[in-house]
Amino acid sequence: MPMTQRQALEVLLHHRTNRVVITTMSSAGIWPQLSDTPLDFTYIPSAMGHGPSLGLGLALAQPDRGVIVVNGDGCQLMSLGNLVTTAHHPANLFVIILDNGHYEVTGGQPHAGAGHVDYAAIARGAGVQRVYSFTTLADWVAGASTALANPGPVVIHLLVDALMGQKTPKPPRLMAEQIRRLREALGVA
Amino acid sequence: MLDGPSVAAALKSCGVTHVVWIPDTELGAWNAALSATDGLSLVRVCREGEAFALAAGLWLGGRKPIVAVQCTGFFEAGDALRNVLFDMKIPLFMIVGVRSYYAHQQGATPDTCPVFTEPIVSAWQIPYAVLDNRSSPDDLANAYRHCQAEQRARAVLIAE
Repeated sequence: MPMTQRQALEVLLHHRTNRVVITTMSSAGIWPQLSDTPLDFTYIPSAMGHGPSLGLGLALAQPDRGVIVVNGDGCQLMSLGNLVTTAHHPANLFVIILDNGHYEVTGGQPHAGAGHVDYAAIARGAGVQRVYSFTTLADWVAGASTALANPGPVVIHLLVDALMGQKTPKPPRLMAEQIRRLREALGVA
Repeated sequence: MLDGPSVAAALKSCGVTHVVWIPDTELGAWNAALSATDGLSLVRVCREGEAFALAAGLWLGGRKPIVAVQCTGFFEAGDALRNVLFDMKIPLFMIVGVRSYYAHQQGATPDTCPVFTEPIVSAWQIPYAVLDNRSSPDDLANAYRHCQAEQRARAVLIAE
């Protein structure tokens, strides 16, 4: 039985250490309830599919920090090429793909890849060396420490439940404030 | 005259740290010089929208990136540049190659790239200058410095 997104993120919370966590779409509605530090960046408003690219840039800029991007499967499908870019520019980037087969923030419509896309295989094929896939909460709990250990890049596929009837999440604060907080925390403001 | 060594030197003199790009025929000629310049990292991406988001991440992390793409990719990257320039308000500098610019001026091409590039850059409310074969590396550097001084996104369009 797949885990819920909240359960998946609760496990992540225990292993994120001092890394930046960028959340997109559905995860952006849940993560601020679990963690709301300056190193938590809610990527809303976003450009669809570009969370991993934003995270890669940040990881390249801050090589000692580490960046975790929580991406939806629908988002990942919108920019599969970023996995190739990630493999080409090794950095301490961890891309977590929450796979529920749906565009959740639009209410829950299946996307073109629902049920038949192997994200781990795609990531490996793109050249990412460290790829993990967890389909149950118990497996994710058992494997998270290894999967989230440095160095990146790492792609982690998590099979999660789809939530129907969701509304588009709102960020906990305006983008300008999020940017100010993050850059201050990174010492680059 | 803009060639690889002069462009690389101009960008380095401005303090640019990363060139995030997908080259076209003209920009591609800069590859060797950009790759060989100390302090300047060339970041290759797979699609132009990635370039804008990746550059935004570099900027969030305290670096000074620019994006260099062909106009075709600029067209493709609309949502990403909207997000980076207007939602995130990042003062990103862009180099955009305009395919068939000279041929279009001479009425010698059916290529529609030159028809749409300047109107679309204007539609995105991005100040720009066209750099042609009379332009110098100083023109490029000055455009970048203008962008940084104003803290507002700006583009140079490279006539091709």
